[in-house]
Amino acid sequence: MKQILAAIALIAAAFSSGSVTAQTLRIGLAEDPDILDPTLARTYVGRIVFASLCDKLVDITPKLEIVPQLATEWHWVDDNKGLVMTLRQGVKFQDGEPMDAAAVKFSLERHLTLPGSNRKAEISALKSIEIIDDHTVKLVLDKPFAPLLAQLSDRAGMIVSPKAAEAEGDKFGEHPVCAGPFKLTERVAQDRIVLDRFADYWNKDAIHFDRIVFLPIPDTTVRLANLQSGGLDMIERMAATDLDAARKDERLKVVTITSLAYEDITTNLNNGERSKTPIGQDPRIREALDLSIDRMALNQVVFNGEFAPGNQWEPPSSPWYVKDMPVPVRDVAKAKALLAAAGMPHPSFTMLAATNTEVQRAAQVIQAMAAEAGFDIKLQAVEFTSSLDMTTRGDFETVLGGWSGRTDPDGNLYNFVSCKGPPALNTARYCNQDVDAELDAARTAGSPEERMAHYAKIAARTLADRPHIYIWHPKWLYAMTAKLSGFEAYPDGLIRPQGMKMQ
Amino acid sequence: MTAFLLRRIALIAPTLFFVSVLIFGLQQLLPGDPALAMAGENADPTVIAFLRQKYHLDRPLPVRYALWVEGIAHGDFGESIRIKRPVRDLILEKLPVTAELAGLAMLVALVIGVPAGVFAAVKHDTAIDYGATMVALWGISMPNFWLGILLILLFSVTLGWLPASGFVPPDESLRQNLLTLVMPAFVLGNAIAAVMMRHTRSAMLQVLGADYIRTARAKGLSQTSVVLRHALRNALIPVVTLGALEFGALLSGAVLTEQVFTIPGFGKLIVDAVFNRDYAVVQGVVLCTAFAYIMLNLFADIAYVLINPRLRA
Repeated sequence: MKQILAAIALIAAAFSSGSVTAQTLRIGLAEDPDILDPTLARTYVGRIVFASLCDKLVDITPKLEIVPQLATEWHWVDDNKGLVMTLRQGVKFQDGEPMDAAAVKFSLERHLTLPGSNRKAEISALKSIEIIDDHTVKLVLDKPFAPLLAQLSDRAGMIVSPKAAEAEGDKFGEHPVCAGPFKLTERVAQDRIVLDRFADYWNKDAIHFDRIVFLPIPDTTVRLANLQSGGLDMIERMAATDLDAARKDERLKVVTITSLAYEDITTNLNNGERSKTPIGQDPRIREALDLSIDRMALNQVVFNGEFAPGNQWEPPSSPWYVKDMPVPVRDVAKAKALLAAAGMPHPSFTMLAATNTEVQRAAQVIQAMAAEAGFDIKLQAVEFTSSLDMTTRGDFETVLGGWSGRTDPDGNLYNFVSCKGPPALNTARYCNQDVDAELDAARTAGSPEERMAHYAKIAARTLADRPHIYIWHPKWLYAMTAKLSGFEAYPDGLIRPQGMKMQ
Repeated sequence: MTAFLLRRIALIAPTLFFVSVLIFGLQQLLPGDPALAMAGENADPTVIAFLRQKYHLDRPLPVRYALWVEGIAHGDFGESIRIKRPVRDLILEKLPVTAELAGLAMLVALVIGVPAGVFAAVKHDTAIDYGATMVALWGISMPNFWLGILLILLFSVTLGWLPASGFVPPDESLRQNLLTLVMPAFVLGNAIAAVMMRHTRSAMLQVLGADYIRTARAKGLSQTSVVLRHALRNALIPVVTLGALEFGALLSGAVLTEQVFTIPGFGKLIVDAVFNRDYAVVQGVVLCTAFAYIMLNLFADIAYVLINPRLRA
């Protein structure tokens, strides 16, 4: 028996010597991305792949400032109803075609007109795209729209090769051709996405890998095990509870950054019959719920203190955070007083919560904390797709849910609290004409200071009305081999390959 | 014999029809709107409306069923609403992976299960019998995902002998292919081996007590010859049935094992499809699996005849 075991060990050891060269970067993803067409794509995880595949007109810095990428400079004209962008010279698509003004016009028009486009709503303010010369375009707007540049720093700003897009039609996502540092070589659904270096990339000096392989591995334990055993070089979205183990492992390093995402309790205020509950109708009860939650303790218990407690649609670290409305401190006595004043010392309601472990634990902690103030919360675990349907139809009283976050505050706020917000996003059906006026004013305002003034007014109103009680902001948690250098974390969570290097 | 086989073959089409109606109907009971799920975070109402129309979600159920069946008749299983690829291509891509894993798992099960069952029966009521039964009980009780994670921690993280997860196609590197499949095949095979051992053991015990075995022994045949040539052959009939059923179950995708080891087979495909309400994929995969089950049962029937000449009449 011993000889057999020894033989197996020898064979396994001989077999397991790695065949992957140092020039390949292997990244473990938490999910399998959806279609790789910037116009049709919809998942967060897909954006991680796009960061290596498709360059955008502009990019962001870790501090959310807009910086050049395919466009080198820009300025607003016509009372902020026109954006003139100068394009980088000599940029080629991965099929050798030139990236010029015609390609920008084609890509933006494709975003606006392709049936099923997920970008249309993001840049619907665009009326037309004018070509001024080969390397200058003018984006013409219906009315001023300050979030436009931030939108162009994401998928809406990705420029695709018109020749390839026309040839492939709605199959373009199977063979996307962009102007990013890597081109798609192979994709096996649910198994891997292989990208190879694009030799003519405009910023090729910043690229130090020949190949990037993305491997979707949904189980967090297995993802970490792959990293520890050398099967991966980097993983994203590790479990907060695994951070300690990863930090103690000398072969690994951990990088974290507060994300743009938030988690909140949304209350059904006016979406069908189930809004006719005490918590849906009386703001004092929502305030009491808010005051009963100890956000710091929740963060400690559920997320090992790693996440960021919050009370707004922007994390406290964001430049768009309204600083004179800080994260509230728990006050059970005041919560009880509010419930007494509302004539409901023991209000009862149902809270939907997704079936994943962390959200379930958080929901239980909230349930226990609120119980101390007199609340009776009934938790209902619902799988994600069902909860989307239920909240859209108004079949809920409250829901512990979240949003993955956008660079511009408009993307984290407008659709959720505006009377015009789509039914699937403004599920509370919150509607206040004053808030709407401020939301629109924040879109058209010229300077960040002016916009911030509008957001402060919106905060004063919506944080009192509480359609959403914001609770925490997750962090993006990455672990990687200690040999990997040059990775910089961004609040949008994307993995930008520029500058990354294996030592 | 021929008539029997023809009868069985004639039943394939109505069975498949029944299965197709069942899959199509049951799926509609799932809560959640596929178009809403697919529209993504932006949930743009125009996108939702477009998806409903494109994937015929706005049409009455019988019309959708008819469209689906008509497509299948032309070899078109529809398109994945999630990754926008033909379902047929996805099935053809995943089937070899699952088939290879199922084949290796069956190999593990047969190599462990049948000899262990035979041994336990021959050494009835001895320490060997009890030992084998205990190991089998452990094999049945051990949850696949748990055993999988323990194996990963031991062989990948601690010892570094095997890749923790993933799949390499055999045409790319047979060595890497087998290395990635060793652990999942063992996890799956181990559980089946346990059941197989129990069945082989009880069938063998029954056969070993039969008159013709006593006659064979009286004629002075060796123990090996009695056990392997005379007893095992008859004892194998229930094991063949079990093997066919288990193999069918493996082909329908070992959901948890594929999830833990990140094997891109039917199991992962169907789980993702159910969570995303990717109806066309669920329907296509289940139909294929049902077909595989029916065929395996047919093969099992043929195998009975080959093993037991009395059925040839």
